[in-house]
Order: sequence, then C-alpha cells, then structure tokens
Amino acid sequence: MAMIHSAPQVELHHLDQLWFQVAGTRCNLTCHHCFISCSPHNRSFGFLTLRQVQQYLEESIPIGVKEYYFTGGEPFLNPDMTDILQATLKIGPATVLTNGTVFKTEWLERLQRAAAASIYSLEFRVSIDGFTAHSNDAIRGEGTFERALRGIGQLVEHGFLPIITAVRTWEMEREQEVICGFTDLLNRVGCHRPRLKILPTLQIGGEANRTHGYSETERVTQEMMRDYDPALLVCSQSRMVTDRGVHVCPMLIESSDSLLGQNLIEAMRSYSLRHGACLTCYQYGSICSNATSAEHVKPAPKATFQAVRLSPKSGPA
Amino acid sequence: MNHQRVACLGGLYSNYLALQSALSDLQSRSVDAVYCLGDLGAFGPYPDRIFPLLHEHRVICLRGNYDDSIGHALDDCQCGYTDPRDNYFAQISYDYTLANTNDSNRAWLRQLPEQIRFQLGSRRVLLCHGSPRKVNEFLWESTTSSHFLTALCQEFDSDVIVATHTGIKWHRPLDDQRDFVNVGVLGRPENDGKTNVWYTILDGNGDRLQVEFVPVEYDFQRLADEMQREGLPDEFVETILTGWWTSCLEVLPSKERLAGVY
Repeated sequence: MAMIHSAPQVELHHLDQLWFQVAGTRCNLTCHHCFISCSPHNRSFGFLTLRQVQQYLEESIPIGVKEYYFTGGEPFLNPDMTDILQATLKIGPATVLTNGTVFKTEWLERLQRAAAASIYSLEFRVSIDGFTAHSNDAIRGEGTFERALRGIGQLVEHGFLPIITAVRTWEMEREQEVICGFTDLLNRVGCHRPRLKILPTLQIGGEANRTHGYSETERVTQEMMRDYDPALLVCSQSRMVTDRGVHVCPMLIESSDSLLGQNLIEAMRSYSLRHGACLTCYQYGSICSNATSAEHVKPAPKATFQAVRLSPKSGPA
Repeated sequence: MNHQRVACLGGLYSNYLALQSALSDLQSRSVDAVYCLGDLGAFGPYPDRIFPLLHEHRVICLRGNYDDSIGHALDDCQCGYTDPRDNYFAQISYDYTLANTNDSNRAWLRQLPEQIRFQLGSRRVLLCHGSPRKVNEFLWESTTSSHFLTALCQEFDSDVIVATHTGIKWHRPLDDQRDFVNVGVLGRPENDGKTNVWYTILDGNGDRLQVEFVPVEYDFQRLADEMQREGLPDEFVETILTGWWTSCLEVLPSKERLAGVY
C-alpha cells in the first residue's frame, strides 16, 4: 500500500493525442512481445464502429485535440477502418499502427485519395521486429517478415512514407548494426526514405511471459519527479478510447484502474503512476508519439522551457 | 501597442545576407514595426554579423530556443529533435555558433522576451517562437488540427498567434475571425527546391487578417562560399545552393517530408 500512496499524480496538461483501440484485442498475429496479448482469439476488447469513433471525434473538437492515433490489435481487421481514417482526415491528422500484412489495394487507393484531399498527414506505422526473417519471425510468427515487407512496398507504391517501428528486443551493443540493417532492408524494398522508430519493450502482456515482468520496486517515485518534465509522459497529453470507455493511455488498457470515464471530459482527471510500465514511459519519454528515434533516450532531463499547461477552460463551457 | 501593419521575420540562422535583403525590401513597404520571432543563430556563418543589423533597423526580437541556449551557453540548442542524425548536425551548428557569438551579444540574447503581444487593428496578436505553451514545439501544417489552434487562441487570449521554429511558412484562418500564422524563416530555404527565403507581412486593416508571404532573394552563393570557408558541413551548403533540406528531416511529418527530395 505504501507504494500506492507514494505514486506521483500526473495531470493531463492538454489532450493533444487521442488514441483509439479500434480493433480491440483482435490481431491476425500473436507476437510474443505484445504488451496487451493481442491474438486472433482475444476478444476481451471489441472493435470500435465508425459511429462510435465519430462520436469521440465530435467530442474532441471543443477540447482542442491536436492529433488522432489508431491501433489494435490489427486496425485493418476492422471493416470500418478505411471509413474511420477518411472521416478523421476531414478534421485532423491521423496515424495508424499496423502490422502491414492485411492491406487490400482498394483500401490503399481510397486512403491515398483521402490523404491527397486533406490538409492533414496520414501516417502509417508498420511494425517489424528485426531486419531478417529469422529475427523478426521468431517474435512475430512464421512468414510475417515477407508479408510485412510486401505491405511496406504497397504503402510506398501508394505514395506513403511509412514509419517502421521496431521493439528493441536486441542488446544495446547491437543498436547501430540493427539500424544499418533496417536501413539497407528498407532501401531494398523501394523505401528510399526510411523512417525508423525504435521502441523500448514494455514488460507487460505477452512480453512479461517472454522475458519477465516488472519487479515491485520498478516504479516511478515522488523523488524521481523532481526536476523531471511531466510533459514527457504519455498520460500528460493523451487518452485512449476502447469499447469500454476512455483509458489513461495506450499501454495500460488491461489494468482495471486505467478506465477513467465514459467520455473525454470525465477522463481528463489526473492519474497515479503506479504501474511498472509507467517507469518505462518515464525513462524513455513520449514513447507513443510519431517522432522517429533510433537511439536510446536517457532519462529525460527537465527542459529549460516548461510547457505551459492549458487549463480545462479550453474545453467546452 | 497598436499597429496596423507589421513585418514578422522568422528564424535568421545567422543568414545576415538574407536579413540585409529583407530589411532593404522593407524600406518601401511602410510597416509600423519589424519583429523577429527568434532563433537568430544556427546553420549559417559569422553569427555576430546579424546583431548590428537588428539594432540599426530597430527590429524587436523574441528569444527562441536557440537564443536561450546561446545566451546561457547551454550544452545544446533545445531544438527538440529526436533522431541521432538530426541531433548530430544540430550539434555541429550549435557548437560553431556558440564559439563565434561574442559575450555582449550573448548577454543581449538573454534579456529578450519569450513572447510579445500587440494590437493589430482590432485583433489581439501574440508572437511566440514555437507555440505559446512551449518555445520549441513544432506546429506543422499537416499535424496541427484547426480546433487545437482555436483552443490555443482561447487559452492565451489572442485572436492571432504568430510563430516560426519549423522553418516552413503556413497560414490557417480559424473560426471567429482568428488566425494562426507560421511566418517561415529567413535562415534557409524551405525545402521546395528554390533558393529564396521568406518573411511575412501582417495587415490588420480589413475584415480578415491579410497575410502576405514575401519571397526574399539574396546572394546565396556568397553565403555558401562563406559557410564552406568556415568549415560548416557540406550538407548545410547543399541546402543553401539547392533549396532542399538535407538534415533535420526526421521531425517532418509525411506531407512536409514528401514535398522535399530527401
């Protein structure tokens, strides 16, 4: 209990990034490191419909949300996915996190047209976890390397510049070798402007079984928040919509205390950093945003310039 | 302060030749004041050469992230890059600029304000560097929703928010006669294959804010030669000569990145 009492509270500075668990926990793959144990059979979270997403998009306008993100599971298993992205691009920038293995040409053609017609960017983040079939397929499943590369090729053919996302399942000493390996690989498949985002592992979900979970002492403490810029934490700027309601962040949806409300306003309250995964977020900073980063980020120092907090008065009256 | 018509210069990045051209162009444009939104150093050669020009022409300056770093001799430029290649080039430029900015100019940078407010016609204008809430926030046209900008205007009690920092100009009219303007930069071309740079004139006469982006031609060949002489990276020189960005690319969203060649 002492741990819970000492967990630092983090306020939502401003709801910049609104996430949608648009495919619930359904995925065509069963990656061993998945931090929410998604699989073809995991129905614990369901699909979001176009209508459900639109309701949250509308609610997000008076709050002043800056960007929208879609994840799963595999978002393109959701039959409404293309319509959802088209609807989003009418009001703001959209990013979709996909494994790249289930694209249909017709969807990509529609999305190419929607992206060209919008003033906003449509970003695709495609997950690959090694620059060889051997290293990737050991984590993501047999044959997924070739299928994901084909997906990246399809995106490039349709005029997109995918961000390749890899979870760091290798030793830090190999980081430079891995980055070069990815860059060469992407050039070979026609992706000549490779954008690479390397993520730390989160020791929860499937990854806790693959390696290990967080120990009880691996937590963010009050002391650690001194001289730390809380704007670097995902929960200071994001919320996540699932078919159960609005959660604090994309990582913790399987923790019962992450569900903060049924609408965005309810979910704008503060949150205690009581989970092990909060420590990883603290150490790496802004791990869910699109900024490409292929280097270990040190525990982030306090910025000279602090972000000024936007008060809830910018929300609906 | 009340104005009807002002000029706003974005990041100068030590490009004193482009600054000279812009100030000379402004002689005939009858503006009430000239503002610079910060990032006076970086990228270009001889950082001390811009200061006498700014003083002589009474340019009212903000303190951008770069100016804060140079003023306080911090370890890096606080530009907000996340990629190692971007940071590698940013550091070369920063180390050169810090080593070549004299103490009195550094003291002057330290005392500059972070934001400036004035009245433009009937509008309340807020000048900032990146965004009003964070000096090094990148507000790109393709990743910033209009309702987010409206929320910023409401929160910071302004009708017009004016910023720079990203290096690419854009203007978004918002609901209720509000506007967001990124004034672009004089420091380097904006990744469009052209060698000219840009500044912006804001005119508060009339029903809607009038925003004029002004192209500035200058002796880019001379700047490139001087950058080479100072040992600045060939990648920077290439940008000046071709108009295409070769570094700081990883912060670009896909729409802005696709507009360039790298």
